[in-house]
Amino acid sequence: MKHLSLKLIALNLTAWTLAALWILPLVYAVWTAVHPPEYAATFDLFAPLTLDNFVRVWNSVPFDRYFINTVMLVLFVVISQFIVCTLAAYAFAVFPFRGSEWLFMAVLVQMMVMPEVLLVRNYATISSMGLVDTIPAIALPYLASAFGIFLFRQAFKSVPKELDEAARMEGAGPMQVLWRVYVPLAKPTYLAYGLVMVAYHWNNFLWPLIITNSVTTRPITVGLQVFSTVEQGIDWPTITAATLLSVAPLLIAFLIFQRQFVQSFMRSGIR
Amino acid sequence: MMTRNAKVGLLLLAPAAVLLVAFTFYPTVATLIDSFYSTPRGRRPSEFIGADHFRTMMADPIFRIAMINNMIYAAVIIPGSMGLALAMALLVNARIGGRALVRLAFFTPTILPMIAVANIWMFFYAPDYGLIDQFLGLFGMGGNNWLGQPGTALWALIVITIWKLAGFFMIFYLAALQQIPPSLIEAATLEGASPSQRLRRVILPLLMPTTLFILINAVIEAFRLVDHVIALTRGGPNNSTQLLLHYIYQVAFSYWDTGYAAALSVALLLVLALIALVQFGVLDKRIHYR
Repeated sequence: MKHLSLKLIALNLTAWTLAALWILPLVYAVWTAVHPPEYAATFDLFAPLTLDNFVRVWNSVPFDRYFINTVMLVLFVVISQFIVCTLAAYAFAVFPFRGSEWLFMAVLVQMMVMPEVLLVRNYATISSMGLVDTIPAIALPYLASAFGIFLFRQAFKSVPKELDEAARMEGAGPMQVLWRVYVPLAKPTYLAYGLVMVAYHWNNFLWPLIITNSVTTRPITVGLQVFSTVEQGIDWPTITAATLLSVAPLLIAFLIFQRQFVQSFMRSGIR
Repeated sequence: MMTRNAKVGLLLLAPAAVLLVAFTFYPTVATLIDSFYSTPRGRRPSEFIGADHFRTMMADPIFRIAMINNMIYAAVIIPGSMGLALAMALLVNARIGGRALVRLAFFTPTILPMIAVANIWMFFYAPDYGLIDQFLGLFGMGGNNWLGQPGTALWALIVITIWKLAGFFMIFYLAALQQIPPSLIEAATLEGASPSQRLRRVILPLLMPTTLFILINAVIEAFRLVDHVIALTRGGPNNSTQLLLHYIYQVAFSYWDTGYAAALSVALLLVLALIALVQFGVLDKRIHYR
């Protein structure tokens, strides 16, 4: 028994040390953001607290606009992905036909050939459509998500056939069966996929950086980049305050819903 | 004559198909074609130049460095983040105190944007007054410019990437671990298997499908994630942090040489295709599906 408890102590120690290392950058960012600049690199427990850094950042950059842009982008992407991927997954799971397996393999190509690899050509496409510097332009390359189609197909395949047949006996058409039987039963998958995609597109940077060039469309990540240009001289409290402001909505939402977040993963069958 | 299934199926697939053709298949083919044409400049339209871009690429030292860097980056990040993710999942799944808090700490980097993460780590790495140098300074080992020296810059970025990805991959391992029936572990214990034998013979084989899923994601991130390169080093110093996608981005949108950028994209596509073939050809056969 003594041997066992020693091992448990070692496990706890490892877990807590790793956890401390993992949370350290965020803790540090909070520390710097709530103290005056003089205390950025000195760790005095009794340093005066201040919110000036946040106020200064909020007034120097159109953060409100960036937030609105990001929320619109994320809503547009996730809702469109839900529709497009649900329809495709429904076809693959419930209406197999000759060659549909091959089409599914073709869809999976999008996993490896992600939009970022094709950004040179996609920029040309978007610009020939006259959509450069619009929110749909940021979203379009990501809408037919192979990951989404794959997950929803898995979820739909695990729906008992009897439920599908019972609904059809009552005279429901394909769209009614989808809406009344398949979608409700795949709820955990929708939740998990939706959460991953909200985080992904809230945080996406390279493609939005290329395809936007004005305050009215730029998402928060691109707006944040203004602060990390070294040429301006590094002002740590400003940078960390801006960084925290930009992640705050997502971070707060995650802290509130983290139990549901993790559980939806467990139940969604993403594993 | 089409079957009813085919009619309904194709109709349902139409929106996804249009989008996939427009933003995945057409651009792939077009990139391939573009790579054989010169970049249009001013009044001079683009013209067919055969394999000129590829000859340039072979002689381009920056391309060579970007390729080697990206291979090192991938070779460290993929096993590094996956191994840590597994260790974290096993720790959180074990009977430790404050599991929820530990799990939260591991997972938090996942929801932070890479660009924000880069800003925070920039301070960690700052010479002299950065957190790491202050700590090393206690032992008289300060004065390191981690991001400013060719020898350490790429490794500094690798640490950030692993820190960012491990918690995300942990969630998948954790979900899979909790699906393993306890009776299987008990049976192995009754048969006299030691903890390490249980891990190697029972748990790891059952985690193989998850491992493949995470591996695909890790490979994708190793070639996709360059946000911190743009924010912290822009490929420098002396191209020591130049990665393929970042070089493509620079050539296309800083030098506006879209023809050469297309040829570089073809090289990246070839690397990804090769990896996909290895993954699905070799690894798929070694997985024990439940």
